[in-house]
Amino acid sequence: MSLSVFIFYLLSGIILTFSVLSITTRRILRAAVYLLFVLVATAGLYFMLKYEFMAAVQLTLYAGGIVVLIIFSILLTHHISHRFKRPELMNLLMGIGVTVIGSGVVLATILTHPFKASTAPELPVDMSVIGNQLLSIGKNGYVLPFELISILLLAAMIAAIIVAKKDKNKNSEI
Amino acid sequence: MIEGIGIEHFLVVSTLMFFIGICGFIIRRNLITMLMSVELILNSVNINFLVFNRYLYPDQMQGHFFSLFIVGIAAAEASVAIALIINIYRNLNNIDVENVSEMKY
Repeated sequence: MSLSVFIFYLLSGIILTFSVLSITTRRILRAAVYLLFVLVATAGLYFMLKYEFMAAVQLTLYAGGIVVLIIFSILLTHHISHRFKRPELMNLLMGIGVTVIGSGVVLATILTHPFKASTAPELPVDMSVIGNQLLSIGKNGYVLPFELISILLLAAMIAAIIVAKKDKNKNSEI
Repeated sequence: MIEGIGIEHFLVVSTLMFFIGICGFIIRRNLITMLMSVELILNSVNINFLVFNRYLYPDQMQGHFFSLFIVGIAAAEASVAIALIINIYRNLNNIDVENVSEMKY
């Protein structure tokens, strides 16, 4: 067993274990930390696939940004010692049933479909290629989704500020 | 592609992660943990895009760019959702999904 295979199985084990723990733990702060482990292990998978830029984005945006945002909102809305009560039996059965049936169908499809790995030469994914393609308007250019997502991020930022702002006329209790 | 690891290995991992996220979305009753399940789902889809790009079309970059855009959209979604959650907490003092219908005026 070569080293890369071993690292792949290690990262997959970390991802699956901590995603299960993240949805079953009864302390919410621990769930956020387990989610952080899942995201970091996913960045490791991206490094294995040789998408270094994507792995860096994953580490900074997801592991650095979104998890910190989630932890802040947990600290604003929960006591540290708060524990969830157990999920209702009906919900638990429904969730596990959907998971088993859905993953069974999808795994059967994946494992029977013959994927032909391409033998084309690999395009080096470095920063100059990414930057050129992201802002090019020619063939293989992605300037339209780039502009769309910039407008979307502006709208999301304004919406988040306006929604979370305290209303001055209404005197809320907190 | 990586020596010794087929494309199916990655796809099995991302499929299991996707359905773990869906399971968490169904069994949790708290808005923040449901948001974390959504992050799991988006992340598994990201793995799928990158693996298909690397194994099946290594001379193109569609999967790379789409996963980049998915990360951006996930950030926007998380920020708006957390703003809404904090607003709900101000009005109701807890953030269980059963109580959210009380936000109607």
